Amino acid sequence: MNKKKFVHPYIPNSVPAVQEEMLKDIGAKSIDEMFDCIPEEIRFEGTMDMPKPLSSEYELRRHMEAMMNKNVTCEEYISFLGAGCYQHHVPAVCDEVGGRSEFLTAYAGEPYEDHGRFMSLFEYTSMMAELLDVDVVNVPTYSWGQASATSLRMAGRITKRDKVLIAGNISPERYMVMKNYCGTVMDIVMVSTNAQGTLDLDDLKSKIDGDVAGLYFENPSYHGALEVNANEISQLLHDNGSLSLVGVDPTSLGVIAPPSSYKVDIITGDVQTLGNHMNYGGGMGGFIASDDREEVVMEYPSRLFGIAPTAKKGELGFGDVAYDRTSFGVRENGNEWVGTHAALHGIIAGVYMALMGPQGMEDLGQNILKKGAYAAKRLNQIEGVALKYPETPFFKEFAVDFTGTGLSVEKINKELLNKGIFGGKDLSKDFPYMGQCALYCVTEVQTKETIDTLVSALEEIVKGSEA
Amino acid sequence: MAMKRDQLLRNFHQAKWDEPCIFELGTPGERGQILPEVEADIESEVGDVWASLPENMRRKEKAKLPEMAEMQVLRHYLRMSQATLGADLNVDVGQGTCTMKYSPKVNEKIARSPKMTETHPLQDVSTVQGTLEAVHGLDEILQAVSGMDKFTFQPGGGSHAIWTIASIMKAYHEANGEGDQRDEIITTIFSHPSNAAAPKVKGYKIITLYYDEDGVPDFEALKEAVSERTAGIFVTNPEDTGIYNDKIKEFTRVVHEVGGLCAYDQANLNGIMGITRAKEADFDMCFFNLHKTFSAPHGCGGPACGALGVTEKIKPFLPVPLVEKIGDQYQLDYDLPNSIGKVRGFIGTTPVIVKAYAWARALGSEGMTEAAKVAVLNNNYMLKHIREIPGATAPLSDVKYRIEQVRYSWIDLCEETGVTTHDISLRMADYGFHLWSSHHPFIVPEPFTIEPTESYSKNELDEYLAGLRQVVKECRETPEIVKTAPHNSVISRVDETVLDDPSKWAITWRLFKKKQGFEL
Repeated sequence: MNKKKFVHPYIPNSVPAVQEEMLKDIGAKSIDEMFDCIPEEIRFEGTMDMPKPLSSEYELRRHMEAMMNKNVTCEEYISFLGAGCYQHHVPAVCDEVGGRSEFLTAYAGEPYEDHGRFMSLFEYTSMMAELLDVDVVNVPTYSWGQASATSLRMAGRITKRDKVLIAGNISPERYMVMKNYCGTVMDIVMVSTNAQGTLDLDDLKSKIDGDVAGLYFENPSYHGALEVNANEISQLLHDNGSLSLVGVDPTSLGVIAPPSSYKVDIITGDVQTLGNHMNYGGGMGGFIASDDREEVVMEYPSRLFGIAPTAKKGELGFGDVAYDRTSFGVRENGNEWVGTHAALHGIIAGVYMALMGPQGMEDLGQNILKKGAYAAKRLNQIEGVALKYPETPFFKEFAVDFTGTGLSVEKINKELLNKGIFGGKDLSKDFPYMGQCALYCVTEVQTKETIDTLVSALEEIVKGSEA
Repeated sequence: MAMKRDQLLRNFHQAKWDEPCIFELGTPGERGQILPEVEADIESEVGDVWASLPENMRRKEKAKLPEMAEMQVLRHYLRMSQATLGADLNVDVGQGTCTMKYSPKVNEKIARSPKMTETHPLQDVSTVQGTLEAVHGLDEILQAVSGMDKFTFQPGGGSHAIWTIASIMKAYHEANGEGDQRDEIITTIFSHPSNAAAPKVKGYKIITLYYDEDGVPDFEALKEAVSERTAGIFVTNPEDTGIYNDKIKEFTRVVHEVGGLCAYDQANLNGIMGITRAKEADFDMCFFNLHKTFSAPHGCGGPACGALGVTEKIKPFLPVPLVEKIGDQYQLDYDLPNSIGKVRGFIGTTPVIVKAYAWARALGSEGMTEAAKVAVLNNNYMLKHIREIPGATAPLSDVKYRIEQVRYSWIDLCEETGVTTHDISLRMADYGFHLWSSHHPFIVPEPFTIEPTESYSKNELDEYLAGLRQVVKECRETPEIVKTAPHNSVISRVDETVLDDPSKWAITWRLFKKKQGFEL
């Protein structure tokens, strides 16, 4: 310890005198002797191959800012990207609460010293329940993909059947998550999409049988189409003793019918859209919701926080509901597993819903409906450009068919990029049967000006190719 | 009453606002946000879109959300935050296994820049080179830390990384034509519950090893457990006990000999970072929780990241995409022949990755090793003093030193005084501390688990020890105070019976109102 000692601001006891004092107290000659239990053979000697440290906060910040400045944001450009991650306005209060040290650095405290964590998550689930019009919502899981994959497993356990149907017009990424999550122990059968971009009911009828635990579909679909036959779909499933499982966009629910109205059994979706920044796809958090039937509740793998009385009248207490259904309670004998997921995104979503209130959620839905309709109408007027499903009502997203322009979506998006616009997600690889389609997303952050800019840019690109 | 400075005890009381549930707040008509304008041109162009939707797709009744003005929402949540004892506030050494280290504020500032927050994962890669550089940079750093060849950041937590590993093991054996034959996963009783639970979801049979007389997983039991049915092992070292298993390389040898794969649960790497690596112990895979060892905040339980590293042999099975550097450009590589597909959308919880990268850059190799050494020094300081508390023991092994944490037992104290470890935890809350017991099942009776990390000063450790000594004293002198704790926390003891009663449990406010199963 004679050579110059590394003392780091994050490591108070790297001060040599303190270490000496502690070693003396312990009765040790050196810290190294505490590692004597590790055989020489597997000891790592020397320095790990990594860049030299940026020990000062200033240098670190400069380095990181220079790096991040290489990014171009959806605020600097105009973006029509959605497809599982959405640009919405994030209220300042969401950022304030989500950045509070207490929430940010809490983890697994008891419902006493972490009362606020429990209560805020309970309030999140309670507000989400109002938006969805159901009675039970989980503490968030990783993402919508995980939530919907779990809904398949839950359906399997509830019905004791091991085949699941999945609508062909759901997100390909979510499908991949579900396939990996369920594929080894459940049969997965895809149900086709019809010419309107909604579920093909005939195909569904032909695939429903006594082994089917449930059908997972999305409303709106990955392509934005509202599933207008949702009531009939649930009826077909229930008549077969199967469950109706739906994925929804919570930002639609101020104007679109809550899933309870079309009698679904398990609802899933993502809270990213509720006050969580896109964060390059890092803002996600999956919700799972249902009614309060015991046989359904007991199949949740997630933590469920419940309200409870305390020893003192008037106090609100909280705790884990039916803890022994979880892997925390009984390891591999619990439902799937539970661990660290996306709790803070749930708390932030709660703040968002409280700020928006009933009127705000309705206004949000109206705003998106109108701006989306305007964008769709204008795009549809461009020569060679057409809506893929012009007759189908949609929310937030819609497929635009560029086949008639003779240009690939890839080429169009490249040219849009040159004009400072992120064009819609290219669907041609994931959905080849749709031709050269792109998925356009329009939220409340768009204006007439940004939409008109997009339209002008596309007109130029299409015209340019003709010339 | 003044702080008892000679005992390092604070005259603590947590903020207690008696804050109502948010549904009891606000007034009809209040609102906390106004939407951006829908321009008149748009309105006139599209008309009433909602009215044109099919009847069954229209919401008729507004959601019954609270109606509150903006400041009132803020105030409610600030009160909620004050009723939450984050690691920034307390000497958070009592949440063993979870590495409650300092999450540097500068990293928050960086991750909260619009350059990070306002990027979409489907943007052209040329427009997100900064983020991809950080991800790739952390990949390279973690390769150096582990000796592995490639990392994925898609798993959203440690358990999710375990799930990803189980999926990879399945795909790997299937690729070798042994998918059906290899249907068993071996793990250990002191590993995280998900090491048993997640592989079970993949369809595996779980074999759990118990510990031997040295307190480490029983090597003889492992030798008996392995066979041609072994898909792999999930093992942690040191486990939650903090006892290092010096036969770890023998474990991987035995599993490899029967054709199984070896996965190292290094969610908590903190005590051995830079000291010993997964590679030298012959693991095929390992994962690090970026929200533990690599400083990203825990966020009340996520967002998080279980960064999963694998050897070259396993790389083709990783979820897509991977971040690769081709020339001077960072790219997303989807071309993995045996990929398990995806475990999560996009590439992962990017802000967590960026924060971890920044932390690693702040410390460098020497700093990380120092962090590990100080974490171990701090732990052994705590161990020495807790062993001196009558009624507290560090069971399973008498070795002088443990690595980064210790699972202790209050069993002697409990038998003597009639209190439980739960009571003691709640009484610690009265002094502004958190004390966690253990995962279930409680193998160590009346357990508590302490992991001081490198972030706390000696003075703070002394303060925590003073808290423990005080509560132990009370267990003997005034046990009723301990048994009825907490008294200075946010609320008093919860009647947990309603939480397991389907006729009474109230998972949401509306369910509470509907059931009226109890009064508050």
